[in-house]
Amino acid sequence: MTLLITVFAAVISTAVWYAKDGKSPMMIGMLCWIYWGASIMWFVDAVFEYVGNGASFFVPSGADMLNDSFLGLSVVALALVVWIVTLLIKDPKGTLRRALFEKDASKSGFRGNVNSRGLEDK
Amino acid sequence: MACFLVPGAEALVMTAVTYAVKKREEKKMDRGVEKAVSDAESVSITAANGRIALSRKLTWLTSLLWGGVLLLAFEHLWHGEVTPWFPFLTAAKSPADTAVMLHEMSTVGVSMAVLVTLIWCVMIGVVHIFEKRQQAVLSEGR
Repeated sequence: MTLLITVFAAVISTAVWYAKDGKSPMMIGMLCWIYWGASIMWFVDAVFEYVGNGASFFVPSGADMLNDSFLGLSVVALALVVWIVTLLIKDPKGTLRRALFEKDASKSGFRGNVNSRGLEDK
Repeated sequence: MACFLVPGAEALVMTAVTYAVKKREEKKMDRGVEKAVSDAESVSITAANGRIALSRKLTWLTSLLWGGVLLLAFEHLWHGEVTPWFPFLTAAKSPADTAVMLHEMSTVGVSMAVLVTLIWCVMIGVVHIFEKRQQAVLSEGR
């Protein structure tokens, strides 16, 4: 179940990356690498488990499936958190920088006209 | 038990190699010998020779490896196989468990690292075909 959820996440993120022409500043490529890397590794894990357990690998118990589903959703969430933190730190669109500068300017009682780049309009 | 440590070790080595290759390419670029752009976020194929920098290709491998290692490390934490305190791996507490862990690392872990590297090699092969096409288009245009 974890493998299945991660593969779905990998396919969706890759489709989004492709739809955005691969040039989006949102760093979606990073998500693709994370999900595909994990999918390949869990695939190997699944093959070894299948070799060890045989066909019973495909009929997990309800509790196992539920636990694996929670784990799958958790790893998807973890990758999303890593991605959003990296995006905010790198700030490729400059949105965070702009928001901070505009906030600072308004707090310090600055009354001039501040444009979207945080600079005073003449 | 700790299979992710093998691709993790590969990721560490390949990151160092990528860094060294990138430095070498930057030096070459400074000298004006080669005009390949190595920045992952910038243009991938240069107009000059239609080639993708080796450092960028290596970054694809390290990204795959680090991505997988990150999520697998979390999975091991989830299952209680990795702890945030010494000895960090629960299997390291007894010699019998350590032997099982080492066996798993040498089978599952090595297979993970090999498969990721193999898939990257296939990717590089496909990209090489694209590079050849791009070079043919560029040479026709001249």
